[in-house]
Amino acid sequence: MSAGSGAPGRIAPVRVTAFTARSALGTGCTAHAEALRARRSGLRQNDFTETPLETWIGRVEGLEEEALPDRFATWECRNNRLAWSTLQADGFLDAVREARNRYGAGRIALVVGTSTSSIGASEEAYRQLTGDGLYPPALRRPIVHTPHSLGDFVQHALGLEGIAITVGTACSSSAKVFAQAERLLRCGLADAAVVGGVDTLCGSVLFGFASLELVASGPCQPFDVARKGISLGEAGGFALLEPRGATGPWLVGHGESSDAHHMSSPHPEGLGARHALEHALARAGIEAGDVGYVNLHGTASARNDEVEARLIAALFPTRTRASSTKGWTGHTLGAAGILESVLSLLSLEQGLAPGTLNTTALDPACGPQIRIENEPADLRFVLSQSFGFGGSNCVLAFGREPAP
Amino acid sequence: MSTARVAFVQGVGFWSSRLPGWDVAAPALRGSTSAPLEASRRPVPALLPATERRRAPDTVAVALEVASRACESAAVDPATLASVFASTHGDLAISDYMCETLATNPTLTSPTRFHNSVHNAAAGYWTIAAGCYAPYTAVTAHAHTFGEGLLEALTQVAADGAPVLYVAYDIEARGPMATMAPSRGLLGAALVLAPAASPRSAARLAWRTCPGHESEATAARAGNLAAVEGNAMAHCLPLFECLAQGSGSLRLSLSPQLLLEITVSPGTEGVRT
Repeated sequence: MSAGSGAPGRIAPVRVTAFTARSALGTGCTAHAEALRARRSGLRQNDFTETPLETWIGRVEGLEEEALPDRFATWECRNNRLAWSTLQADGFLDAVREARNRYGAGRIALVVGTSTSSIGASEEAYRQLTGDGLYPPALRRPIVHTPHSLGDFVQHALGLEGIAITVGTACSSSAKVFAQAERLLRCGLADAAVVGGVDTLCGSVLFGFASLELVASGPCQPFDVARKGISLGEAGGFALLEPRGATGPWLVGHGESSDAHHMSSPHPEGLGARHALEHALARAGIEAGDVGYVNLHGTASARNDEVEARLIAALFPTRTRASSTKGWTGHTLGAAGILESVLSLLSLEQGLAPGTLNTTALDPACGPQIRIENEPADLRFVLSQSFGFGGSNCVLAFGREPAP
Repeated sequence: MSTARVAFVQGVGFWSSRLPGWDVAAPALRGSTSAPLEASRRPVPALLPATERRRAPDTVAVALEVASRACESAAVDPATLASVFASTHGDLAISDYMCETLATNPTLTSPTRFHNSVHNAAAGYWTIAAGCYAPYTAVTAHAHTFGEGLLEALTQVAADGAPVLYVAYDIEARGPMATMAPSRGLLGAALVLAPAASPRSAARLAWRTCPGHESEATAARAGNLAAVEGNAMAHCLPLFECLAQGSGSLRLSLSPQLLLEITVSPGTEGVRT
């Protein structure tokens, strides 16, 4: 099957038996649901970088004071702190402990995504090099200077002994983890899977995106005709997938594709995104018209939003609601997939389709699907879209029940 | 222990500074010839437009070279293949540049180097150069990267019933980072894996996961290891030794307590090197 041609077959749905997130909106599902409902943004003026950079960020409050327990000292860094505190929200650690008892530590796969992992620790080391050009002693811990830092830490923190892998496909990373885990489960290589992702603010992304002139000086305004660029954010999130789980919503489909176009700008006709979307629907065995809400990638960059708006207008009926939640959280990069999956699952659970924050006048490319206001909605199926640098696209489909 | 599954190796690509190409590497890994003494600097992937060959980062050059060679030997169109790219540390040279620039003058960060710093840069360039809309992924698992990446490629073959390109690579570390993420020289290795045998099949892989300590993973032969000494992807060698030999069995580590067991046997026509 090549992504350009035939549609994939249906997959057996997989239950999402536990999920949680932490972001600028707070810790856990309730904090996120309340912020969505109250339309309270987590964005604030950049107070993260020493060198001034005029932009707004979705910074997680209090991480600086949350040192890892001594037993995890090897993994100490901002990114793993966020991972650890997120794991403790919503009883997620307990859910994994129970799964470990049920299936065995070697039968739970761990698939996590990140864009920059703990590169912030390497940046810090370079700022504090010793006279002979070496890392300062406190940062001479190889595991935090390699991108698997996140996967290695979470595997140890959860006491898992199975497959453990870190996906790094930029902003689609922690969406693709659902697809990878579903394949492992389908092939019987694991009985359950912990998926998720964590990305934290660091100089690389703040000054990197600024160098590409993609960063707005004010809060991001997804799909606004006057949008000026993205606001960066940080987040962590996790989900437990169990094919034989007894409760929870369902992962019903996933679609992945490549743009084959450009490293840092999307395919002008959204061809890759369209393939990913169509494959997610095909694997779920549903039609576009069955989808009640689409959580869009919606970064508020000029190109992404234009291409994505046209795609939604072309493929969905007017009753389907679509929005970007980046005005609440900022673009959390490698964590965007899991964070927005959690927001999509919350919208499914609570019957609320979020609108779009900070946006006042929609780009004319937007169809009636893209909404500014929140709306109560009886949702059966929702989608979450994530697109990354290097033309990596992933669309996930979740259902309150398995597809008919 | 998982059920045993089978995949077929349709094509092989290999490039290291002292074994620059599978035609040189295969006899050396079998022990028939010794590795050339003179090290090649880096490959020049024909797939890249001439203007980009010189500018391409080392990760992109070595990954695209072995990916193209594997597709060539499998006689498949690269545009049709889903792919898995695995690298332990990603682009260490660019990471060194980014950290150094951020420590001295962050506002001078190069936009090109920034977008090339992502772990999926080589995969992104590959799909662009090949005109490939099929999905790719880019993964890492520290010391278990080669095994975990291969497992993901084999799982995709099993789950979707279509061929998959697997590309594993690491490059030389630069600057202060080299003390924490050590890696020497360039090493790239690629396979085209298919669910069914064809007249082109170079080898048959029977595989399964099983519990076991990482210390039980197969070690490369000392003489071969010397040829890729110090590269973070050197743990790919045992599989390529078996492929060069035409048969054998090996274990790759997937995590501290899990192994990937592989039995290599001749494909339809036996190993062609």
